[in-house]
Amino acid sequence: MTSQPVPRTGPARPGAARRRPLDRRVNWWLTALLLVLSLTILIPLYFTVVTALKTPDQLGGSGFDLPTEVRWENFADAWTLTNFPRAALNSALITVGAVALTILTNSMVAYAIARNMHRRLFKALFFYFISALFVPFPILMLPVAKQTAILGLDSQLGLILLYVVYGLSFNIFIFTAYIRSIPIELEEAARMDGAGTWGVFWRVVFPLLTPMNATVGILTCLWAWNDFLLPLVIVSDPERATLPLVQYVFQSQFQTNYTVAFASYLMAMAPLLIVYVFAQRWVISGVTRGAVK
Amino acid sequence: MAVRTVRGAPEAAAARAAGARRRPPRSGSAIYWMVLPAAGLFFVFHTLPVLQGMFYSLTDSPGYGDWSFVGLSNYAALFTDERIRSAYLFTFQFAIVSTVLVNVFALALAVGLTGRIRFRSALRGLYFVPNVLAVLVIGYVFNYLLTNSLPEIASALGIQRLSRSILADPELAWIGVVVLAVWQAVAFNIIIYIAGLQTIPAELYEAAAIDGSGPWRRFWSVTFPLIGPFFTLNMVLSLKNFLQVFDHIVVMTNGGPGTSTESVSLVIFRGGFQGGEYGYQIANAVVFMVVLVVFALVQFRVLRRDEVTA
Repeated sequence: MTSQPVPRTGPARPGAARRRPLDRRVNWWLTALLLVLSLTILIPLYFTVVTALKTPDQLGGSGFDLPTEVRWENFADAWTLTNFPRAALNSALITVGAVALTILTNSMVAYAIARNMHRRLFKALFFYFISALFVPFPILMLPVAKQTAILGLDSQLGLILLYVVYGLSFNIFIFTAYIRSIPIELEEAARMDGAGTWGVFWRVVFPLLTPMNATVGILTCLWAWNDFLLPLVIVSDPERATLPLVQYVFQSQFQTNYTVAFASYLMAMAPLLIVYVFAQRWVISGVTRGAVK
Repeated sequence: MAVRTVRGAPEAAAARAAGARRRPPRSGSAIYWMVLPAAGLFFVFHTLPVLQGMFYSLTDSPGYGDWSFVGLSNYAALFTDERIRSAYLFTFQFAIVSTVLVNVFALALAVGLTGRIRFRSALRGLYFVPNVLAVLVIGYVFNYLLTNSLPEIASALGIQRLSRSILADPELAWIGVVVLAVWQAVAFNIIIYIAGLQTIPAELYEAAAIDGSGPWRRFWSVTFPLIGPFFTLNMVLSLKNFLQVFDHIVVMTNGGPGTSTESVSLVIFRGGFQGGEYGYQIANAVVFMVVLVVFALVQFRVLRRDEVTA
């Protein structure tokens, strides 16, 4: 995919480990061991797929055998039972909205703070946002559920807003560290050319933040798509339920109908899994960048 | 592209600035417009609910209707509540065991994945997959595996202890939750450790190899001390996340059998939303926050000290 156009700030040097001139031979024992261990990842996935394809009477035993007869209707049943298109659309809408808004706003907030840390107000804001990292969600989930209900924000829009706002703490943390590594001369030069603060940010700084924007975008995407607690607390209308929430809501029906349940789980996991398969290298390098800062 | 145009800018600007007038120092309100709306929203949707919660923790509010002040009696009641006490004990036990296991497995796998192996990027991609899946969804698959498949396999192999579902056993159910938690969290921690391992210059290993130290020795005297900061970060973040465990419980045991696997977050959620204990459970949440902060600070202290001496 897009091999990182990281200017010079990217501290992760993927080449470092590979450049070991002493010994270039492949360690096949280690490779074999890691391949065997990767079965721990593959087995639950394999199990999900085969169970989703079975008829109910094939469920007995350990359940690891391949289906003798494939029942595609499981997917159709799960599709209509859980109103899959509705839930998938909700999840997609929330995820896309949260990712786009988070990147656009959190980077801007972090920029203003990172470049003004010498001013008392901005320093205070920095610590204000960061300190929220230590506030557990349970303490605010009851009041915020009431609040969003009163404001009419118990909706997709409300969830997007909350992801963007709650993401600030962590995102500011990683954005400011990155922004400090960008030479300030670039901005001063743009100012000399007559650019205002907005112009400097959007035309000079924001494009330079691309690697970090990708990192924050990936992490936000994984969070918003897979989150369960926030939708559970905020959303009351079943029409607005997200994919994970739907799996929970339909548990009582699923208990008597495991093959349809597994088809539903598979459909809930598939979209992000498919995206991941194609964007794998990019996702991993993005997350890695977030770790090294 | 944007990078390149910007790169050229400094020289041009410098040349122009050489004899040109000096610009007045930047003032402008733009910088405030960048942060203040966000700070306002953050206050409304984060700080305000926290303050509200702290206020209601001093009342007997059931979450609706009338309430009256009860002073600190909610807090006093917490310390004699058997259900709360067992929730804290369970939560700590679960979080500590999971944190240790996640970090041991993740570090070992990260070392393996940075070794001289084939299929390196495919394997790294594969090991990250659990992080792409929702705990709540893949958790139901684990639930089924532990409830139905594992007992079948165990009894076929003649292992009595595992021939009935561990999730139905009050003594063992927590292990099922740990299995899911570790499986899912190792994925992310591997990536952080790989990032850490890649910051270690290869020359150090060469030097150690020339000194004749074996791989085990090299790990403990070169690798481990140098990834100290990553180890600290992972330990603190894992513990903080696991102490707030919620999804894993809902999906694996729903707190059962009985209340044997109720976590603190689950108790707060159930009592607060369904049990009419709004004020009381918020008091619980306030205590929980204090516990989390103390834990994080202690952990940073202890682990940072290790980093320095190592």
